[in-house]
Amino acid sequence: MPYQLVKYALSSKYPRTRMFTATVDLKDNYDVVIIGAGGHGLAAAYYLARDYDITNVAVLEKDYIGAGGTGRNTTIIRSNYLTPEGVRFYDESLRLFKDLSTEFDLNLFYSERGHFTLAHSDSAVRTMRWRAEVNKHMGVNSEFVNPDFVKESCPYIDLTCGGNAPIMGALYHPPGAIARHDAVAWGYGAGAVKRGVEIHQNTEVVGIDVRKGKVIGVRTNRGYIRTSKILSAVAGWTPQITDMVGIRTPIYVRPLQACVSEPLKPFLDTIIVSGSLHVYVSQSSRGELVMGGATDPYDLNMMRTSLEFTEGLASHMLDLFPFLSEVKILRVWAGLCDMTPDFAPIMGKTPVEGFYLDAGWGTWGFKATPISGKTMAHTIAKDCEPDLIYAFRLSRFEDFELTGEKGAASVGH
Amino acid sequence: MKILNCPINGPRPIHEFIYGGEFRDMPDVDAVTDGEWVDYLYNRSGVPGIKREWWYHVASNVWFIAERDTATNVVCKTYLFEGRRNYE
Repeated sequence: MPYQLVKYALSSKYPRTRMFTATVDLKDNYDVVIIGAGGHGLAAAYYLARDYDITNVAVLEKDYIGAGGTGRNTTIIRSNYLTPEGVRFYDESLRLFKDLSTEFDLNLFYSERGHFTLAHSDSAVRTMRWRAEVNKHMGVNSEFVNPDFVKESCPYIDLTCGGNAPIMGALYHPPGAIARHDAVAWGYGAGAVKRGVEIHQNTEVVGIDVRKGKVIGVRTNRGYIRTSKILSAVAGWTPQITDMVGIRTPIYVRPLQACVSEPLKPFLDTIIVSGSLHVYVSQSSRGELVMGGATDPYDLNMMRTSLEFTEGLASHMLDLFPFLSEVKILRVWAGLCDMTPDFAPIMGKTPVEGFYLDAGWGTWGFKATPISGKTMAHTIAKDCEPDLIYAFRLSRFEDFELTGEKGAASVGH
Repeated sequence: MKILNCPINGPRPIHEFIYGGEFRDMPDVDAVTDGEWVDYLYNRSGVPGIKREWWYHVASNVWFIAERDTATNVVCKTYLFEGRRNYE
């Protein structure tokens, strides 16, 4: 429970002080430069300052704080992954998430809802049972449940899905939660700034200088910075950054669209996901249905939305909840996803000394914000990757040791 | 890009097509190193710009090449694949 609310009620100091200090000029030299002031970049800065006392850090953001994937996701947090490496990693993230409101003294609206991944086919049932067993083995609360259990938890659902794709069961993950995504970035950012980190918005990286295989500096639209350590945490813009240091990756970029409905009375306590119907939905604290689906079916570096997406998603929503037919869509938006062949992120060191990568976050990055920040801070400070992210290293493709997480993606892509 | 021009069937709605990924030239399997093979298998050029891509017209079973700008989603041209010579 953040005490901020109580303090605010009793305090005569109004308005409260700003979370972020005013912009100062860039210094010539930083110990670490982090590219991207989204959740991941700011979390890395926060843990660098808090856990390793490295505070001469600049976080460079070409837009505003949280303008990228952090502000564009559907805020779902879960750890019911498919591989032991994935489950261990995301479960640690979930554990960190639970304490963040108190740690930041900022209400993140972290709300445990229970997460249902619906199965509409025999093969989906098989994958859900598989995931449930891996999860339980790793100590994560997750089980396969029958359709009656789904109906009891979510009374408004149509179990027959209009007769098209009857629900045959679901993977039920009680710790599944939602949180206020913007606040996660603000909390990490404010915590980092408080410890001396500088956040520079409207500061675009235009080049990275490498000499003898080592990072030596960053060129920006506001001047040159000398540094020996750079973290790229830019989600859908990763290929532009890796191009600057001459690293090739398997990343390809696709837009992922999402939308919210007009606010409704609370009727949906749980998070409902259907891979076969390409839909995931939860109800926000202010009553809006937050809905998302699959990524666009071809590579695109544009954040445009399309009528095809909204129509497709609406029709699948009506399969699940027929009574929503008169409900209006309020907003539609898109974010960029850097996709990888095995649906796992790419984290850690690279062939260029001092250049660290936190990328490949596809459609699964928000839930990893705390643990990615923590593990990347460790990687940067110690110049070595913790065991928790070893499976996600860039060289896994050369070693043919892919981490197959496609079956744990919320929807098929 | 709501309409795509199939080189055989002419302009058709985009939902009649399937995207087949970026065109990549397969290296000579006898001469290739492990590193080059991995690069061919996995790595992609994710930077926005004009790319050559495989597209498939489902209704008529036609695979062809489209040159498309992934920053603007504008298709510059489409044509049939004629072996390696139309890329040299």
